Amino acid sequence: MSWKSKDLLTIQDLSTAEIQTILDTAASFKEVSTRSVKKVPALRGRTVVLFFHEPSTRTRISFELAAKRMSADILTVQAASSSLVKGETLIDTLKTLDSMTIDAIVVRHKCSGVPLMLANATNASVINAGDGAHEHPTQALLDLYTINEHKGKIAGLTVTIIGDVTHSRVARSNIHGLQKMGAKVRVCAPPTLLPAGIEKMGVTVFHDLDKALEGTDVVYVLRLQLERQKKNLFPTIREYSMLYSVTSERLKRAKKDAIVMHPGPMNRGVEISSGVADGPASVIDDQVTNGVAVRMAVLYLLKGEKEGEK
Amino acid sequence: MTPKVKATVMEARDVDRALTRIAHEILERNKGLQDLVLIGIKSRGEVLAERLAAKIKGIEGTAVPCGALDITFYRDDQDTHTPDKIPQQTELPFDVTNKKVILVDDVLFTGRSARAAIDEIIDFGRPTAIQLAVLVDRGHREFPIHADYVGKNIPSSSKEEVLVRVKERDEKDEVVIAESEK
Repeated sequence: MSWKSKDLLTIQDLSTAEIQTILDTAASFKEVSTRSVKKVPALRGRTVVLFFHEPSTRTRISFELAAKRMSADILTVQAASSSLVKGETLIDTLKTLDSMTIDAIVVRHKCSGVPLMLANATNASVINAGDGAHEHPTQALLDLYTINEHKGKIAGLTVTIIGDVTHSRVARSNIHGLQKMGAKVRVCAPPTLLPAGIEKMGVTVFHDLDKALEGTDVVYVLRLQLERQKKNLFPTIREYSMLYSVTSERLKRAKKDAIVMHPGPMNRGVEISSGVADGPASVIDDQVTNGVAVRMAVLYLLKGEKEGEK
Repeated sequence: MTPKVKATVMEARDVDRALTRIAHEILERNKGLQDLVLIGIKSRGEVLAERLAAKIKGIEGTAVPCGALDITFYRDDQDTHTPDKIPQQTELPFDVTNKKVILVDDVLFTGRSARAAIDEIIDFGRPTAIQLAVLVDRGHREFPIHADYVGKNIPSSSKEEVLVRVKERDEKDEVVIAESEK
């Protein structure tokens, strides 16, 4: 089994073997969520802090459930109701938490690199739950798990990521993860929503959705992150939707057995039609289910050995 | 690394005879197979549970439900032990409530695995009884655990390892004593 690190900060830093270890471990945790008593004592006595500086429903709840199903104790620290609003620095807040002997911190922050900064300042395990437009590693891991579950493999598949790649940490983590696992990645969006030099990541760039979908095994639709767009990057949402919304009609261009994924929350009718989101090709609900299993696996692998008890 | 084998204590036919006897003992003690289920502790206990199920079917003509536990998440050394293999899945395709569970493992040693397995089974329901069947009892108990069915008692030194090999996983059936790698 291949797992050494204290933290999970990025997919970019993981080896293929480490990704495979997480996916394999997640399979046994998925079974736990199907039991009538959905709890195992794997993290009994451990304290996990959820440190969220941005709104989140599914990621926070998913981590909370994951920790609870392994019998860990959970603390939630919301930026808006913490000493951070009184001017305390992040590092000082971390030191306070550290002094109360916590074991893991799950952190989401609008600035890229915050999880790394925290990881360097604490002995606790730090898990990146999304930092700015940088990475969202557990999302990519649950996506890889879901793809593998439906397709039986990842290597050799063509995955097309559609939409707001510039603002998307999900896209960045997924591009790294998919490529490490041997998939071919395409991105498709108007040029204004693609970061300059994206092709250096080894992806094929498309601006025409119909062409991008041709021969695709996995259609990955990103949310249009209107709250992060500081200037107008496209004329109107209506126009974006006409050109880039994944509809049942457009989906016919992809392979017959293609699956459709979305990290949520969805803007229905904007980047994806309800017909597709709720249609037979959609695995969006499975992504959410698998998210809990994958996060259980990550918390379990990071738990390590307590110092001085060996 | 292959541990250095000092002696073979059971050969394939000894293993088979022991399992045949245990199958008969299970049926005798429980007066048939009413409400009986077999649960093996992964990975070799699972194989032995399947063998016992086949033998019981051969004797009584009826199949006994068979499941398997992975006890990794229930170990009592979570804080100090990082598992060297990826945990496998627990597979219990039946409700254990009001069943007589025969828990099957390859070697009974400290009793800690059996404790973990009992705790895991109880999280699934309330069996009327749990009985323990092992191919080898090597002594050195650390918990008040006792096997109801034993293939062979093998007094061993704590510096030795008792290894059960099954053909499904290790090419042939045998029980050997080896020098500990630790």
